[in-house]
Amino acid sequence: MREMIKMIIVMTILATLSGGLLAAIRDNTQERIENQVLEFVKGPAIRSILKEATNDPIVDRFQLKVDDVEHTFFVGVFEGEPRAVTFETSGKGYGGDVGLMVGIDVTNNQIVGVGVTTHAETPGMGAKAQTDPSFVAQFRELPLDQPVNVTTDGGNINAISGATITSRAVTSATNDALKIFEKAKPQLTEKLQEFK
Amino acid sequence: MARSIVQEFTKGLWDEVPPFRLVLGLCPVLAVTKTVENGIGMGIATTFVLVCSNVLVSSLRKVIPPKVRIACYIVIIATFVTVVELVMQAFAYPLFLKLGIFIPLIVVNCVVLGRSEAFASKNGVLRSLLDGLGIGIGFTLSLAALAAVRELLGTGSLTIWKDWDLVFNTFGPSYQPFTFMVEAPGAFVALGLMLCLMNLVGNK
Repeated sequence: MREMIKMIIVMTILATLSGGLLAAIRDNTQERIENQVLEFVKGPAIRSILKEATNDPIVDRFQLKVDDVEHTFFVGVFEGEPRAVTFETSGKGYGGDVGLMVGIDVTNNQIVGVGVTTHAETPGMGAKAQTDPSFVAQFRELPLDQPVNVTTDGGNINAISGATITSRAVTSATNDALKIFEKAKPQLTEKLQEFK
Repeated sequence: MARSIVQEFTKGLWDEVPPFRLVLGLCPVLAVTKTVENGIGMGIATTFVLVCSNVLVSSLRKVIPPKVRIACYIVIIATFVTVVELVMQAFAYPLFLKLGIFIPLIVVNCVVLGRSEAFASKNGVLRSLLDGLGIGIGFTLSLAALAAVRELLGTGSLTIWKDWDLVFNTFGPSYQPFTFMVEAPGAFVALGLMLCLMNLVGNK
């Protein structure tokens, strides 16, 4: 009996100390980890979309609720004007969700560019959405008022050969982004003034 | 067969070097040794866990009830592994992306649990610390050695540490990479050849 109580006490103390230590470390590293994830997972896509921005879009970011979902917007400043925002949406791909960063030019009302952040598509096929710049280049400077579609669905985006599902994931994510932008536009333009 | 304190440390470097002599902890050995950088990163992470868990297990060896000792060791080891995981995410994120799932898997690495059970639970704190350090460094060097062979033959270059620009194109651009070596079966072949070599040298 005494032995059993000892076992319980020792295990409880050990587990409590372990939990406490981990919670403390987590608290202290959480912010840094978030920044690192932004830098290394979303950073490359954001930077390629907002190549000519004069600010650091990863630092200049803010959160906004659209339809009760929190989105993070990254601001691109061009020639002193905060003209573009990028934010992430996702579409259903062949191997799971395809994360897409969509950049929108607020003053000219057009797409600045898109870039795939996370995906689990087939290497050499669907994965080209991320690695082949000529596919995402087709989205550049498209107007915001009409939905984007691949050619087989009556649009004018040439799908990656052999990866129609991945290409559709990218177009549907783009369309989602356009809808979100439409809803958030008044709040966004107001928020953007802060970055002047 | 009492060893001196120095021998507790040095045994991990040759006599009991984990992957080649004890043949323990082979999962990370085979999986992450595609580049020297990955091998060293994994080795350092494992060394940290080994040293910390050895010290703690050794200092608690009279408190931990024998019947639940394995559970206690796992709690201790898992705590340190999570510490490594969080710190690595915060300060070396690209390395974390490459090592990925193998960091949490240090918890079930036989080397770590094996040292707790076979050594730290029976020896003093100082000896356990040196044992952990020795085995850890031996493990790191073995990973680096195996990774060097695989990377050199498989890609013709050596990546010691990318952030410090320690990348060498040893064999030059005209080298035809023997890509088999950086794939999974190549890991087994390379490990087998290394074991063979170690035995050959050790038996003389």
